[in-house]
Amino acid sequence: MSELRTLLAIDKVSKNFGRVTAVDGISLDIRENEFFALLGPSGCGKTTLLRMLAGFETPNDGRILLDGRDIAGTPPNKRPVNLMFQSYALFPHMSVRANVSYGLEMERLPANEIRSRVDAILTTTELVAFADRKPEQLSGGQKQRVALARALVKRPRLLLLDEPLGALDKKLRGAMQLELKRLQHEVGITFVIVTHDQEESLVMADRMAVLRDGKLLQCDTPHAVYEYPADRFVADFIGVMNFVPGKAAAGGVLAANGVRISGTVPATLSPGAAAVASVRPERIRLFPSTETANRIAGTVEALAYQGLDLQLHVRTALSPKPFLVRVTADAADRRPVSSGDAVELGWDAAAVRIFAD
Amino acid sequence: MAPALAWLTALMVVPCALVLALAFFRRGIYGGIEYTFTLENFGLVFDPLYAGIFLNSARIAGTATLIAVVIGYGAAYAIAAAPRRWQPVFLFFAVLPFWSNYLIRTYAWIVLLNREGLITQLLRWFGYTGEPPSMLYTEGAVIAGLVYNYLPFVVLACYAPLSRLNPELAEASRDLGASAMTTFRRVILPLTVPGIAAGAVFVFVLSIGNFVTPALLGGGRFQMIGNLVYDQFLTANDWPFGAALAMALIAIMLLVLTAQSLAADRAAGRIAEAKGAADG
Repeated sequence: MSELRTLLAIDKVSKNFGRVTAVDGISLDIRENEFFALLGPSGCGKTTLLRMLAGFETPNDGRILLDGRDIAGTPPNKRPVNLMFQSYALFPHMSVRANVSYGLEMERLPANEIRSRVDAILTTTELVAFADRKPEQLSGGQKQRVALARALVKRPRLLLLDEPLGALDKKLRGAMQLELKRLQHEVGITFVIVTHDQEESLVMADRMAVLRDGKLLQCDTPHAVYEYPADRFVADFIGVMNFVPGKAAAGGVLAANGVRISGTVPATLSPGAAAVASVRPERIRLFPSTETANRIAGTVEALAYQGLDLQLHVRTALSPKPFLVRVTADAADRRPVSSGDAVELGWDAAAVRIFAD
Repeated sequence: MAPALAWLTALMVVPCALVLALAFFRRGIYGGIEYTFTLENFGLVFDPLYAGIFLNSARIAGTATLIAVVIGYGAAYAIAAAPRRWQPVFLFFAVLPFWSNYLIRTYAWIVLLNREGLITQLLRWFGYTGEPPSMLYTEGAVIAGLVYNYLPFVVLACYAPLSRLNPELAEASRDLGASAMTTFRRVILPLTVPGIAAGAVFVFVLSIGNFVTPALLGGGRFQMIGNLVYDQFLTANDWPFGAALAMALIAIMLLVLTAQSLAADRAAGRIAEAKGAADG
């Protein structure tokens, strides 16, 4: 994103419910016009953080600065932030138009302005034909668009989306991911989306934050999080990763069977400490050239044809779990393999990430 | 089906038909019944004296209904807002009075409202020395008795839709800029109207035909239709007129119940229609 101005600054925010700490000293900045994702497994604190941004929860500690002003104690109806609920929370007794108008009526805008703004957003979200319908008369995708229109029509500084695609089936979800991005670009509003689906945040977000147990593990672009995970948890949570457990050594990790996996060892890891070397399936080649830094023999245990590519499970002496390898359709055609075949796997030292275990 | 029909016929249709038939006969000179057909009894129902009692009953029942709905809805709202595990406990306490007899519950109010009853004693304890307030045998006492006896129905009827309400709806309203009051008026109240209607009809129908409460707490000074019917059968010995009054009362109740059920059906029909359109 070209704009780098900070819109929302979350400053050492903590929230606990009784003895349970839901959010533990999280600090992060969200920039103007950004599509930002809060990602983490359930119970990681992402929903609590979102509810604090919306105003439904008050932090026990820390500040939430919107345009430099602390809004941590401002009630939800007094902040220029809107939330799209996971359940959509459409008012069942009101038509689509009445649902969308509601927020503008609360601002006591003149009737003709409400009308024209509602018409405009209904057009943007392709809901004009459904304006007089009640929520029960809509499909899941249509309801989702009404919820979005109802929040967007307020022109908030910040739009929060709680698992916005969670209730949709898989195919529709794919289409809506791109649709949401297009809409965000069109309306020029900062989006913060909460999701447990790592694929969703990789596709949609400009930047993402990975949370676990109320703590922020990493905040960066999807590319950086995918290629340079901050720790073993992030590496495992985002995408698919092969792990080789062992001990840190000079220039790599010594696996249990004595084989050294070459890679850059982080400075924080002292030699002999428990470590894992990891490599993404798409970085592994079958039948590598002899110059390849890391090579290991294995046996194909299972194959899964995926259309785009072929996924192999290869049993090696390096790790208790089989290696997952993705071979492009082209490569698979050039040199076919089948279950039970002996193969050799290879990958470059640059593809290896090493973490404390 | 058959046993249910037989039960209904024996215990509901036959007695009602007997009372209905009675209303078309003449009263004998020394009480008793003279079996000649007449419509006089129904004409007499519309006599200003008796029509006035009908109106008075409707007014008392209406007032009791209004008060019961306000208190009952408030209580139901508070229970629905309480932590989940406490809700059954509060509901249990709300319906606890039903465990004792209606008469006993009404007598309890006499103990409370008596000239030297608990309320007067409480006032004296606070240093009040004047005349004891006359509370018993007033219209207020009758209304208090009716409200007290039928309040649990309203609590239960209103609790059902309130507890089913998605809490995110109220949050969405707040998020869109509505105050707590506006949220209640525009989102929570409209979505719980069916419960209010059901509870209100219950209180109204049971109150307008009630005769125990006005007899005990009104001291016979505030006649409601129930007392009038009672008097015709047991004091005035005019069974045919009593029957006509009873029929008029049943007609009013049926009217109210039908109106409520039609409104509920229309609401349900709208939802069914809406569901059909969404599936199609």
